[in-house]
Amino acid sequence: MTEGLLLPLLVLWPLLVGLSVYALPERASAALQVLGTVVMVGLVAGVLASPEPLRAALGGWAAPLGIGLHADRLAQAMLVLTLLVYVAVLLYAQAYFAHGSELARRFWPLAWMLWAGLNAGYLSADLFNLYVALELVGLAAVGLTALTGQSTALAAALRYLLAALLASNLFLLAVVLLYAATGSLALDSIGAHLAAVGTAPWYAKLALALALVALALKTALAPLHFWLPAAHGNAVTPVSALLSALVLKVSLLILLRLWLEFAPALDLAALGLLLALLGMLASIWGGVLALTQRKIKMLIAYSSVSQVGYLFLPFAWLLPGGLGAALALEATLLHLLAHGLAKAAMFLAAGVLVLSAGRDDLVSLRGAVAREPLAFAALTLAGVSLIGLPPSLGFAAKWQMMQAALLADQWPWLLWLLGGTLLSAAYVFRVLRLAFLPTSEGFEARAPLPQRLSLCALALALLAALGGFGSAALSDWLAAETLLWPGSGA
Amino acid sequence: MNDWLLPLTLASSLLAGLVIFFLPERSVGWRSALNLGAALLKLACVGGMLWGTHQGISYELRLPFLPGHELLLRADPLGLLFVTLSAVLWLLTTVYAIGYLENSPNRSRFFGFFSLCVTATVGIALSGNLLTFFLFYELLTLATYPLVVHRGTPHVLQAGARYLAYTLGGGVVLLAAIVWLQTLVGPVEFQAGGALAALDASATPEAWMLVAIFALFIAGLGVKAALAPLHGWLPQAMVAPAPVSALLHAVAVVKAGAFGIVRVVYEVFGIEFAHSLGVLLPLAVVASITIIFGSLRALTQDDLKRRLAYSTVSQVSYIALGVALFGPAGTIGGLVHLVHQGIMKITLFFCAGNYAQTLGVHRVSQMAGIGRRMPWTTAAFSIGALGMIGVPPVAGFVSKWYLGLGAIESGLGWVLAVLLFSSLLNAAYFLPILRLAWFEPPPPHWPHEAGHGSEHGATPGPDQESAHDPPAVPPRTGDAAPLLLLPTLCAAALALLAGLAAGVPLSPLDWVKFITATEYLLP
Repeated sequence: MTEGLLLPLLVLWPLLVGLSVYALPERASAALQVLGTVVMVGLVAGVLASPEPLRAALGGWAAPLGIGLHADRLAQAMLVLTLLVYVAVLLYAQAYFAHGSELARRFWPLAWMLWAGLNAGYLSADLFNLYVALELVGLAAVGLTALTGQSTALAAALRYLLAALLASNLFLLAVVLLYAATGSLALDSIGAHLAAVGTAPWYAKLALALALVALALKTALAPLHFWLPAAHGNAVTPVSALLSALVLKVSLLILLRLWLEFAPALDLAALGLLLALLGMLASIWGGVLALTQRKIKMLIAYSSVSQVGYLFLPFAWLLPGGLGAALALEATLLHLLAHGLAKAAMFLAAGVLVLSAGRDDLVSLRGAVAREPLAFAALTLAGVSLIGLPPSLGFAAKWQMMQAALLADQWPWLLWLLGGTLLSAAYVFRVLRLAFLPTSEGFEARAPLPQRLSLCALALALLAALGGFGSAALSDWLAAETLLWPGSGA
Repeated sequence: MNDWLLPLTLASSLLAGLVIFFLPERSVGWRSALNLGAALLKLACVGGMLWGTHQGISYELRLPFLPGHELLLRADPLGLLFVTLSAVLWLLTTVYAIGYLENSPNRSRFFGFFSLCVTATVGIALSGNLLTFFLFYELLTLATYPLVVHRGTPHVLQAGARYLAYTLGGGVVLLAAIVWLQTLVGPVEFQAGGALAALDASATPEAWMLVAIFALFIAGLGVKAALAPLHGWLPQAMVAPAPVSALLHAVAVVKAGAFGIVRVVYEVFGIEFAHSLGVLLPLAVVASITIIFGSLRALTQDDLKRRLAYSTVSQVSYIALGVALFGPAGTIGGLVHLVHQGIMKITLFFCAGNYAQTLGVHRVSQMAGIGRRMPWTTAAFSIGALGMIGVPPVAGFVSKWYLGLGAIESGLGWVLAVLLFSSLLNAAYFLPILRLAWFEPPPPHWPHEAGHGSEHGATPGPDQESAHDPPAVPPRTGDAAPLLLLPTLCAAALALLAGLAAGVPLSPLDWVKFITATEYLLP
């Protein structure tokens, strides 16, 4: 009984906290958020402790019609990542926003609503529910982007809103078409339905195409990344961290789920190749633009465009019967976790430097680097994972990707992965070299910022940079081969 | 106790480094104590392991790492050879660096990364499989970059960018080789006689793949080992402070590359298997070209550190050459030079630092009569230089003797010619320095004498050192400051001792002979 409640609570509880903090005075709201976070830790721990993946059907309706929630390993991994990032970001935001600031009053409710939307996106087992989750995530994210109300932020938010709405509508259309093709909204029955029909109707393929475009737009796969840099780069720092670490990932996760459902029924080899090629384009394009940015947060935002590209590489092999499919899936998940941790850490650390320097162009940050060594250490460690050097989690992901490429006998992808390492190194070291520039004239001594800010960033960065040591255990736990086509028994 | 020796060897410098990062700039005493304490502790650990290995104890540590791959640390004979060299020279360099960087800024940062750098080197020595080796190999790149760009001028940062481009590029190629090989045959542990040679014939991949993988390995490792044409970063990296140059050239970066080549040839492929693949001859040719090329470039350098840098390019390739000669004598020559070159080159760089720090002398042309002013330093320099040329009884002679034997043994007569010609070139770029230093009259004023603070016509070159390092305060007459002179003389004495006592048990030569026996006698 209690176990049946865990999954709905993971969505409802943050929603409830979000609504309450808006109404409560500041001190009570802070207390409620501490309580809220502790409860979330308990809920996630409960889900992880369950020996069998939990399932729940809301409203007493069973599969084809009801609202189903399902916590498989994919969802569990995302729940944990989200929890880690949220704990760090909430602690950070407490110190980041001034007392009684209007920004903070707007931030808390939206951040909690976003958490609810994210969890719904991870857990939902039916298409319509996924659509609702995506809408919730999109609206909360747009609201967070516009938080400051400054003109650049508003312009970025507007563009983001248009992209998000376009994506949602395309996704809704895809859901309708799929319902027409299969007569079901349950995610795990689409594959079976399509297989039963024999040759899939043309609109099933159209639905897949629409859904892919919608989700690629939300994940900012180049050339659909146009909304990302301005939105992530101009948002307040805690928001940048949430958007890049988590919001980009939920749409990718849904894309992955749809892909796994469709793969046995349709021949997706060409489409997978296309996605991988676009991913390659994205990682190069994003990396090159990151090299040219003047502002640190824009540099990190373009780095997201680049890193997201790698998440699409494994689709080239994620096909039934494909050699290296399990490795490819595992690599994607590892990269997703690594990027989530590292990118959140990077934004949080960069925020400390920007706050300390009072400006955000790279050259002005020299003095801040000397004043905030812990933030700089976080930036360095996160950078190590982003480049993909051992022993980081990013390295483990890259390693698995390269092995998957070689297993699938497609070694040319290796050149991209290896060259991409150097490209990432080039833009990461644009930031790291700041520490060695002389900081002589023009930097007035400022009081150091609260240590908590840097420590939050450092905690996430350490997880990313040393995560490679845990990757063997993580890989066993994920058991990627069991996630592949359980219905078809492959 | 014995279980702890191996991790403690690594942890001594790692923890010291992490603590040093957090020490305030002013606490010189604590920092120096920590540095020296860690260096002594590491030396004691290495001594303990040498003794233990002698008693038949084997040291091994396995930790889970990537899926299906372990982190493996192991103290095998070859690793112990390199780790002993690192531990001894680290102690000397620590003393030297404390003296050299007195009163200069950012010392906590410097010594923190300095310790990380040594941790990486020790990790490279003790790695038991390819993945572990790669982990420390990349850590070394990251830990040395801050040391190279320590001074932070635009010129230095530019050189640092080049250093990174080369070393990270090399790392990527090495990674490609490792992933490819391990996809074919699974995790590869280093094994005397060669891990690949020990495979069943049916499990051995096709020959062309192995040749390609070997080429990738050499290209990836060759960057750090400064094999021509991948050596471009090394003369550039001379912008680093003298103790860093000494460390880079003697034990850390360059040696890591050379040591990697040794591991790959002997313990991944196996010397006999590599010979049968036909990959040794190309390696010997590349090494020979590098030897001659480095020496020729060294001839024309007036900047002392640059001349030493090109000399390193040349000398480190002796190791690769020895490795590529099929036969025990060549192996002995290459491996023993790994140790001998380290000791001799660190002596020379210490001396160059002494000259720069004490008198502001950076160029060969400024060294006239310097032997009268700084006799001890110049004596040490002479020992190092004569050793590099290969004059007995200094250590370098022993290396060249065995390399020559190896050339004859493997039937490659032209290698002998290369060795002779290169020795001639060594003499041509070292002997004029010695003549200038000992037999020319000194100038009335030295360029930038410490304690005078005057600029007697010194035109600061791009590699000018003293601009940012306020010099230590040595006496106005006489040799370098004691903290600089002591490690220099110790290193010179070691170089002499390694040559004089080469036949004594537990000398480098003796240890290398033991290793060589394991590489050839086992199947």
